[in-house]
Amino acid sequence: MAKRIDVSGLNAYYGSFLAIEDISMSIEPRTVTAFIGPSGCGKSTFLRTLNRMHEVTPGGRVEGKVMLGDENLYGAGIDPVSVRREVGMVFQRPNPFPTMSVYDNVAAGLKLNGNFKKSELDDIVERSLKGANLWNEVKDRLNKPGSGLSGGQQQRLCIARAIAVEPNVLLMDEPCSALDPISTLAIEDLIGELKERFTIVIVTHNMQQAARVSDRTAFFNLAAVGQPGKLIEMDETERIFSNPSVQATEDYISGRFG
Amino acid sequence: MSHATLTDKRPGSLRGATLPKWFPWAVAAGSIALGIGISAAAGLRSSIQWGLIAAVLFVLGTYGIAGRVEGRRQAKDRVVTSLVWVAFLLAVIPLASLVYETVKRGVKVLDGYFLTHSMGVVADKDPGGGIYHAILGTLQQVGIATVIAVPIGVLTAIYLVEYGRGKLAKAVTFFVDVMTGIPSIVAGLFVLSTWILILGMGASGFAGALALTILMLPVVVRSTEEMLKLVPNELREASLALGVPKWRTILKVVVPTSIGGITTGVMLAIARITGETAPLLMLVWVTDFINANPFSDAQGSLPVYIYLQYSAGGEAAYDRAWAAALTLIAFIMILNLAARGIARWKAPKTGR
Amino acid sequence: MDITTQNPTSPPASRPSEVEQKRAARAATRPGDRVFLALSRGSGVFLLVLMAAIAGFLTYRSALALSENEANFFTTFEWNPTGNPPEFGIAVLAFGTVVSSIIAMAIAVPVAVGIALFITHYAPRRLAGPIAYVIDLLAAVPSIVYGLWGVLFLVPHMQGLYGWLDDYLGWTGIFEWQGGAPRSLFTAGVVLAIMILPIITNVSREVFRQVPQMHEEAALALGATRWEVIRMAVLPYGRSGVISASMLGLGRALGETMAVAMVLSPAFTINASLLDWGGGTFAQNIAAKFSEASVMGRDALIASGLVLFVITLLVNGTARMIVARRKEFSGANA
Repeated sequence: MAKRIDVSGLNAYYGSFLAIEDISMSIEPRTVTAFIGPSGCGKSTFLRTLNRMHEVTPGGRVEGKVMLGDENLYGAGIDPVSVRREVGMVFQRPNPFPTMSVYDNVAAGLKLNGNFKKSELDDIVERSLKGANLWNEVKDRLNKPGSGLSGGQQQRLCIARAIAVEPNVLLMDEPCSALDPISTLAIEDLIGELKERFTIVIVTHNMQQAARVSDRTAFFNLAAVGQPGKLIEMDETERIFSNPSVQATEDYISGRFG
Repeated sequence: MSHATLTDKRPGSLRGATLPKWFPWAVAAGSIALGIGISAAAGLRSSIQWGLIAAVLFVLGTYGIAGRVEGRRQAKDRVVTSLVWVAFLLAVIPLASLVYETVKRGVKVLDGYFLTHSMGVVADKDPGGGIYHAILGTLQQVGIATVIAVPIGVLTAIYLVEYGRGKLAKAVTFFVDVMTGIPSIVAGLFVLSTWILILGMGASGFAGALALTILMLPVVVRSTEEMLKLVPNELREASLALGVPKWRTILKVVVPTSIGGITTGVMLAIARITGETAPLLMLVWVTDFINANPFSDAQGSLPVYIYLQYSAGGEAAYDRAWAAALTLIAFIMILNLAARGIARWKAPKTGR
Repeated sequence: MDITTQNPTSPPASRPSEVEQKRAARAATRPGDRVFLALSRGSGVFLLVLMAAIAGFLTYRSALALSENEANFFTTFEWNPTGNPPEFGIAVLAFGTVVSSIIAMAIAVPVAVGIALFITHYAPRRLAGPIAYVIDLLAAVPSIVYGLWGVLFLVPHMQGLYGWLDDYLGWTGIFEWQGGAPRSLFTAGVVLAIMILPIITNVSREVFRQVPQMHEEAALALGATRWEVIRMAVLPYGRSGVISASMLGLGRALGETMAVAMVLSPAFTINASLLDWGGGTFAQNIAAKFSEASVMGRDALIASGLVLFVITLLVNGTARMIVARRKEFSGANA
């Protein structure tokens, strides 16, 4: 299922403000890529350009090319709705639909995409919840509201919801920043398992987390507030954290700023 | 294997057949043309029918074409979009017509003379006359109601927020809610049978003002309560910690902090009671003459004036009714805009 | 909203508040504090007394009228309180009030939800603000103006629609039209619909606007179209808010006097067809009859007013209950 992503010459705007400038990178299938960088450097904005969520923000606008496999996401005739079906997303704060049960939350995306028999739905919901390491905790309360789970469970529920539709790519926007350390660990373990099936891109503020979960790491930075964010360098995670080729990366990682 | 079922059930490509941007406009133009055509051919004369036919054609056309080209989900999305637009246009037509008619017919006789003269010696059928007596009456009645309702309402709200505990506060809260629901005609009936029938007072502007007070009180209490609740507790504590007595804290710290919001609420309440007609018709009765004393005899008022001129019938009277309606709306709009202005200007800066 | 929970209204629970109470008690002995407390508590008590007076008085007068009434108050089709013997009943008024309100709700609620969605999710951003603003202002237009517009502009324009309804739906009996002036319960319902439309729209819009961005983004990220986002995230979240908005509008429609009184051609009959003139509503009937009524006649009107009051109370109470329940599971804990 997993596909490769190639970005070239990508700019993203909020109104007339250029938020990120001229980003090019390749993301290999079945890998975990981490985006790190100081606040406001545009890593989340860039992540949201990968499934055309950026343009949902008022004034949001994108220039450049994002190839998913051999299709340009920003090409003519591309339907953003189909793009988002192929590129799933997990948000910073767990956001299960408050009015839906655990089961309905996982099935929400499937119900959009066609008519499934009850037994098929049951299968997929169970498999997705197992895939999100949540099945054992919720199998007895599938019909309870999803908002009744703990924060960590809710976030895994959101992951189950995202993988239920079998996307090619899974984007995660600081998925652990609202969670306690134990829940964070559970999600990190899960990311390790999920990368066997999906291409995963994760934005994180936590450098240890980037070091723990990712294969490759991209460092974003901005020259000053009000300037656009840029990709400074991207490399194997080990290289970035041991021997980065740019001084700014080393400064950031060693905690000299940011 | 269920992986396969899932993949089967969705389009492999990101590229859905997409209709061009001008598609909805084209369908809209087509259905309007067709709607007019069909209506003309069938000899329908009402523009309401023309509009309805065009709207139905628009929705059906959108669903049909989009369903064929883009698929069922997209078609549903487009139909809902067009339904929402139709709902909007449907609602805009009467509301815009209301404003348009009022302005168009109202400006005919609305001038300085109209605002400064009463109906004194003008027969209903004749042009001329004005609304001076009605404006005077409305200002006095609303003014009296405000003078009574605002202190009581604000003090009640202060009691509920600053002192209120226990059964009394709960009872007051509950009955303020009940009072919000009193239909204006029922408030009128109450004042009619107590003030006029039992106490034997005659119809007067004051009697009308009493009914308006009943209608205004709960609104003032509610809005003031909301505003007082927005005042951070830290402010109260800071003042109390300086040794300032509670009543001075309330008067010098709490109320001034929320004065903008309280004023806004009061002005909106005034705007609401200014248009009340039924209780005034009952309690103030009607007159064409200027009566500057609100405590005895019938008095005019803008809403009742509108009703009277309408009941009188005839073009001249209708023109006057529209002009009075325009004046009334303008007055209420000015109050509303001023209220909003104050709200924005004095808004408590809450961390948002 | 922590401020509200810290309000003095919440009962004191622990030791510090006992201290505070003592301090408050001491403070209350200050003359200024005593006077101010007495004033504000007095206002509250005055409000209670006023309300009790209204309720008690209306009940008392109604009881007087009802004890004289020779006919069944709820089922009689007649309004003749000054006759000998006095006979009057609210069947016609109840029917007219309910029917005109149902028509108003049937038209206004879907359209209002549509406009609210239009403003929050469909309209071009530049348009949405001004439109919302204008509809806000329209909610303040007094009902007498809606009545004037209804009778002088809308009624003449309803002829075509009436003929049309009669042509195609006349066979149902409900939309049969004898050709009289279109001043029926149906037209009254339409005017009421237009009148309550801005009110329902404003509250619904506010509710839709409060749907957390993250729920909508969750739906978008699953590949939902705009309508599917609304169905999955917006409508379920806003449902109870829309219901209470509708109740608010219903309360207005039930008690509306002048707009109905001007548009409707009243008669004490119940018609099978909505398009024939006649019928009446509680409020309209009171406005039409109070001036000619004797004491007995007034008391009979008061009795009908009391029924209207109770109905409005029930509607408003329901609305408030729905709002209160909504607060409990608003998804704020998500």
